[in-house]
Amino acid sequence: MRLLGDLFLLLGASFLLLGAIGLVRMPDVYNRIQTGTKAVTLGALSVLLGIALIQPGWWAKLLCIAGFILFTNPVGSSTIARALFIAGVRPWQARPGGRTAADAKARIPLSAAEGSARRSAAPTAALTDEGQG
Amino acid sequence: MSLTPLEFIAFGMICLALLLGLLRLLLGPSAGDRIVAADTMSVTTTATIAGLAALLNTPLYLDVAMIFGVLSFVFVVAIARTIEGDRE
Repeated sequence: MRLLGDLFLLLGASFLLLGAIGLVRMPDVYNRIQTGTKAVTLGALSVLLGIALIQPGWWAKLLCIAGFILFTNPVGSSTIARALFIAGVRPWQARPGGRTAADAKARIPLSAAEGSARRSAAPTAALTDEGQG
Repeated sequence: MSLTPLEFIAFGMICLALLLGLLRLLLGPSAGDRIVAADTMSVTTTATIAGLAALLNTPLYLDVAMIFGVLSFVFVVAIARTIEGDRE
């Protein structure tokens, strides 16, 4: 039972590490939300399952924590993505002409007026090949 | 309780994941990157506190992990609403 719990701990820790590596290497905020939510949710659930196999008497509280992570983490990431989209951040798209990741590092306006100004100015800028979202 | 080698490797990988999240938190070019890094690190920290409870053989730390998860969720939603701005 201890060995099985250790294997689940190792699996969950590797998924947490993969999520963090994706968080560093992805080019855009939305890609970072993607990798930082899915892989980390699976890794945290696997770590909690491993702890429940190591200490079988703690399964109720561990189940509460796992259910809470499973419930709130997608809601939180969806809220972040929606807030960024409303604030005027456009998704990053690769194109054959060599648009690099440095173009995607747009500054986020902190007020709604600035965001709407950016949104209205977006079609007239040189971003004509970006997707309509 | 003493650590087996597999658990030692697992805790090392979790520490490396937290360090990479801290790297993104420090040099994230925009505020959204920093929030995403903080969200990821908070979920990682919740799992790590539960692991600390197993390491120290104390079930009291599970309550700490649960409260930490609740507070980090409230933090993420609050900062996201701040970035979004007020809607009419």
